[in-house]
Amino acid sequence: MTDYTPTEIMTIGAARLLGNDDVCFVGIGAPSAACNLARLTHAPKITLIYESGTLSTRPTVLPLSIGDGELCDTALTTVPVPEMFRYWLQGGRITVGFLGGAQIDRFANLNTTVVGPYDNPRVRLPGGGGAPEIAIHCGQIFIIMAMGQRAFMDKLPFITSLGHGTGKGSREALGVKTKGPTQLITDLCIFEPDAATSELTVTTIHPGVTREQIQANCGWPVKYAENVRETPAPTETELNVLRDLHARTKAAHAA
Amino acid sequence: MATFMSLSDAIAANVRDGDTIAMEGFTHLIPYAAGHEVIRQKRQDLTLIRMTPDILYDQLIGMGQVKKLVFSWAGNPGVGSLHRMREAVESGWPRKLEIEEHSHAAMANAFEAGAANLPFAVFRGYKGVDLPKVNPRIKSVTCPYTGEVLATVPAVRPDVSIIHALRADREGNVLLEGIVGVQKEAVLAAKRSVITVEEIVDDFGPRNANAVILPSWTVGAVVKVPGGAHPSYAQGYYKRDNAFYIAWDAIARDRATFLKWMEENVMSKGPEAFAAHARRFAVAAA
Repeated sequence: MTDYTPTEIMTIGAARLLGNDDVCFVGIGAPSAACNLARLTHAPKITLIYESGTLSTRPTVLPLSIGDGELCDTALTTVPVPEMFRYWLQGGRITVGFLGGAQIDRFANLNTTVVGPYDNPRVRLPGGGGAPEIAIHCGQIFIIMAMGQRAFMDKLPFITSLGHGTGKGSREALGVKTKGPTQLITDLCIFEPDAATSELTVTTIHPGVTREQIQANCGWPVKYAENVRETPAPTETELNVLRDLHARTKAAHAA
Repeated sequence: MATFMSLSDAIAANVRDGDTIAMEGFTHLIPYAAGHEVIRQKRQDLTLIRMTPDILYDQLIGMGQVKKLVFSWAGNPGVGSLHRMREAVESGWPRKLEIEEHSHAAMANAFEAGAANLPFAVFRGYKGVDLPKVNPRIKSVTCPYTGEVLATVPAVRPDVSIIHALRADREGNVLLEGIVGVQKEAVLAAKRSVITVEEIVDDFGPRNANAVILPSWTVGAVVKVPGGAHPSYAQGYYKRDNAFYIAWDAIARDRATFLKWMEENVMSKGPEAFAAHARRFAVAAA
């Protein structure tokens, strides 16, 4: 068996969820790695869109920033930012929004704004950017985040983007018609919202990970689906393509 | 009306203490040279607007010139926090920074509303989130046709917008290509504008019929500053200096290191330093 890191199986697990028919709004960092890995392996026709306005982009290295020239150079076309948010996102043309976050709760609401009181924060985070509207306009949302007690919170200090609110029916009550988060891919396991309550529930555990480990890295009592499966280990091809992509990216950004 | 000026004259004539300023650029074409001139001229009590404030705004905030920041995502993309901004928000050094925070969709719509001479922007947004609780400028309106409640934000109307573009012709028409962000909207929404460009040409020559062009009668000061977007990039002229963005994290983390860097690289340097940067980072422009 090939060795791999928890971050690698997280990225690969996320990439596997994407297909050729997806039109994907890509966040920077881990979402970008997962989406481009999908494009370079099983989903060559996937449509990737970044909020800087690049439609159907095919970068050869991962962008350090959301508006790198690489994204524009390899895009089908590039539109102005107001158009991006009005016609393409709000217009409902995007099937999957791929988000990361600093903190998440059991209903997949995300915080990327502040830790502590808003007016006197302990930690000032970057803010929401596109996320508040990505979360309500894309057909569904995939979230990729490493687990940990500081990230998987029983109660968020601030809700930057809507997941399933306070549980089943919250989105509908706000007049939101899209599905919201349907997958949370972590370095230890994959969660999906429970059909009855919308609470995040473990459906797949990565090889060698224990339930104790998952609970130790989560701030709420973790629920498990009736039939929990084991995540298939990364294949050699998946690992090679991902490592290649990271190596190219590192070389390009250091230049 | 477009007027060709030197960078120091353009900033002196257009940027005043207490102004509301948008220095836009969505990763591409960030007006660093012009922003550094604002720092050198020590303009005070500024309100800065930008969707994605990065290192340039971190520098202005760290130098104590900024009273308020209006933004939707503040960070050093792919690298980490803006340490000078964080210190101003978290502990008030060198002065307490007031913030007005939005989402990207809100800011993009607000710039468009400003350019369209509307008082506010309307959009579907901010559902189920906390930002409207802490930003009283986020309000709502009921659609007169369907009864749907929609989010609103006031139009962005800067005193002055500052952008960097690729080329101007001799009449002062200005060309932008590539990732164009909200720069066109920022200029059209503002009372005054300063536009730095890579070069001034007799004629734009063959170009895409849909290239973004700001006609000369919509722009203010036009200034030739080759390399004026460095360390960001200018499509076809030079690449993004990613190594600098990574290096900035260590420079900005410590107050003294930051101030020393600013003294050596901005305060005691003129705009001509950017031409040298441009040559160092120039790519073979086809």
